[in-house]
Amino acid sequence: MSSLRSHDRELITQHSALITMLSDVERAEIEEELLHYPDKQAGCVEALKVVQRHRGWVSDESLKSVAALLGMTSEELDSVATFYNLIFRKPVGRHVIFLCDSISCWVCGYDIMRKGLQNRLGISMGETTPDGRFTLLPIVCLGACDRAPTMMVDDDLHEDLTTEKVDRVLEQYP
Amino acid sequence: MERPLTHNIKPRAEPLWLAEYEKAGGYESVRKALRTMTPEEVQKLVTESTLRGRGGAGFPTGKKWSFVPMGADAPRPKYLVVNADEMEPGTFKDRLLLEGDPHQMIESMIVSAYAIQADVGYIFLRMEYGIAAARLRKAIKEARAKGYLGRNLLGSDFSFEIYLHTSAGRYICGEETALLNALEGKRAIPRAKPPFPQVVGLWGKPTIVQNVETLCNIPHIITHGVEWYRRLSRGKDGGTKIYGVSGNVKRPGAWELPMGTSIRELLEEHAGGMKDGFAFRGLLPGGASTAMLVEEHLDLPMDFESIPQGGSRMGTGTMIVLDDHTCPVGFAQNLEHFFAQESCGWCTPCWEGLSWTERILQSLEDGQGRMDEIDVLTMHTKLLAPGRTFCALAPGAMDPLQSLLKYCRADFERHIHEKRCPWRDEPNGADGARTWPVSSSMIVPTR
Ligand SMILES: Cc1cc2nc3c(=O)[nH]c(=O)nc-3n(C[C@H](O)[C@H](O)[C@H](O)COP(=O)(O)O)c2cc1C
Ligand code: SF4
Ligand code: FES
Repeated sequence: MSSLRSHDRELITQHSALITMLSDVERAEIEEELLHYPDKQAGCVEALKVVQRHRGWVSDESLKSVAALLGMTSEELDSVATFYNLIFRKPVGRHVIFLCDSISCWVCGYDIMRKGLQNRLGISMGETTPDGRFTLLPIVCLGACDRAPTMMVDDDLHEDLTTEKVDRVLEQYP
Repeated sequence: MERPLTHNIKPRAEPLWLAEYEKAGGYESVRKALRTMTPEEVQKLVTESTLRGRGGAGFPTGKKWSFVPMGADAPRPKYLVVNADEMEPGTFKDRLLLEGDPHQMIESMIVSAYAIQADVGYIFLRMEYGIAAARLRKAIKEARAKGYLGRNLLGSDFSFEIYLHTSAGRYICGEETALLNALEGKRAIPRAKPPFPQVVGLWGKPTIVQNVETLCNIPHIITHGVEWYRRLSRGKDGGTKIYGVSGNVKRPGAWELPMGTSIRELLEEHAGGMKDGFAFRGLLPGGASTAMLVEEHLDLPMDFESIPQGGSRMGTGTMIVLDDHTCPVGFAQNLEHFFAQESCGWCTPCWEGLSWTERILQSLEDGQGRMDEIDVLTMHTKLLAPGRTFCALAPGAMDPLQSLLKYCRADFERHIHEKRCPWRDEPNGADGARTWPVSSSMIVPTR
């Protein structure tokens, strides 16, 4: 260490400061995922998802911290993060509603569900309710086409939707 | 009728965990292969079984494995990757297998890995399949505790480890070379072929990527033999197939049936025919990227050899029915919206062409279409044909469009003459904007 120039030492300090912005639990969960791959970059999607699970989304600061931990530049990591529609680089509501807009659900009444949800929540697709409770997003086929129309709220799948059922489901997510 | 892939699966019930799974004959194929067969013998059985890939392309599985370098000089480690990305609209078969019988997935991976002498296996699972993720994690843990995974399996000199990778969306991740980039933590853009993944795959090492359903056939082939396996089928390709029907039919669902069951039997017997008040117009036989078939094709057997006689592909074998209350132009618009949104943006004909196609279909739906735009659509089906784009996403997007233009041309023209969507009062009619900002993190300009 003693041979390092002060500039390098400063970089290392910054680097460690970035990493310590992640909680111990987050770091432990990320380290666990990294054991599955021969290099750290391969764990980057799982790492971003760990942060998102704990914080709801991936802020610029979180992204920099994860990049530092994985030995990637934040630009490199962001180019991967922004490829995926399920990594949120902007804040979302407490609950995220994913309404399936693919073909079987569309044939079986997707439009009615969309209008119902938009009216009920007073927002359009891609928006968050002013109270921060729900974000409404479209999603591709959820692999439950025989029970169309379908949606996911957070991690839960809801099938055979009707407008009444949608109303009942929303109540389960305060 | 035998249902090897789904015999352990009870609707809406917990899957069999290790002790029960073993009692039902589970892991027998691992014992048999590791104790009595060489890897080459396992490969030979799979080739003779005539098993073909269930992920959409129908490539013979034994042949695919034959390209993997074997022997002491082969590059190490070798990888086996399960493609559990299932995102093709209208497809709901792999979810059933993963949630319903997770140990079958693990057993399938172990015998298949033994055949190609793979060292590490990854299950590439889409993020939305949370129940499958939890069950697979538990099954992996149980299998490891019992010595089915890890070093020197069952006292042999074969070692194998499995990891679960959960992804974060984007249909293109299911394309096998894009999937490899995704697993390496890169943007999921397809890779140029050759070299093929069997030789240069994950981190440059030999890699086999195989669909969930394909792999689930392997243990049964090993345990019960090739003769038995081929007899399960009614056609040339061996085994059973998980078929599905969705849309406005009486009993939508998925069923494991003999390979080569006819479309009519699926539609009328298993799905119960059309819902009252709905008439049949056509169907996409195997997911969103397969060309539509109509009445005259209903007696075709659903297998890889027969469906092309109707100008389509079997694809994933889960079909989507188009009925008379649904606008065929809206149907096409929905499909092309999907493909345009999911284009990875790597090659211009695809992302430019698909978003142009989608815009034209939307303007037809809005009553603003022109006759010459139908020619532009037709032109795209030729410009985005196989070989003209970097991967199969774009040609897959053109198959349904080309067939809808062929079988429903009058409906396209009516939109232009009447300057409105004739189905506009139906739930799926053209009365609402179906375009909105996609999720905030997408940066590919697909619209
Ligand atoms: C855009 C695109 C998406 C695909 N998605 C999947 C998928 O989700 N699951 C799958 O098994 N195969 C998918 N495939 C096919 C794979 O590229 C590959 O052919 C398949 O996984 C090979 O396995 P199989 O031989 O067992 O069918 C997709 C192909 C393309 C072009
Ligand atoms: S065809 Fe489309 S999805 Fe495939 S590489 Fe080109 S842009 Fe990407
Ligand atoms: S199309 Fe909606 S679940 Fe498949």
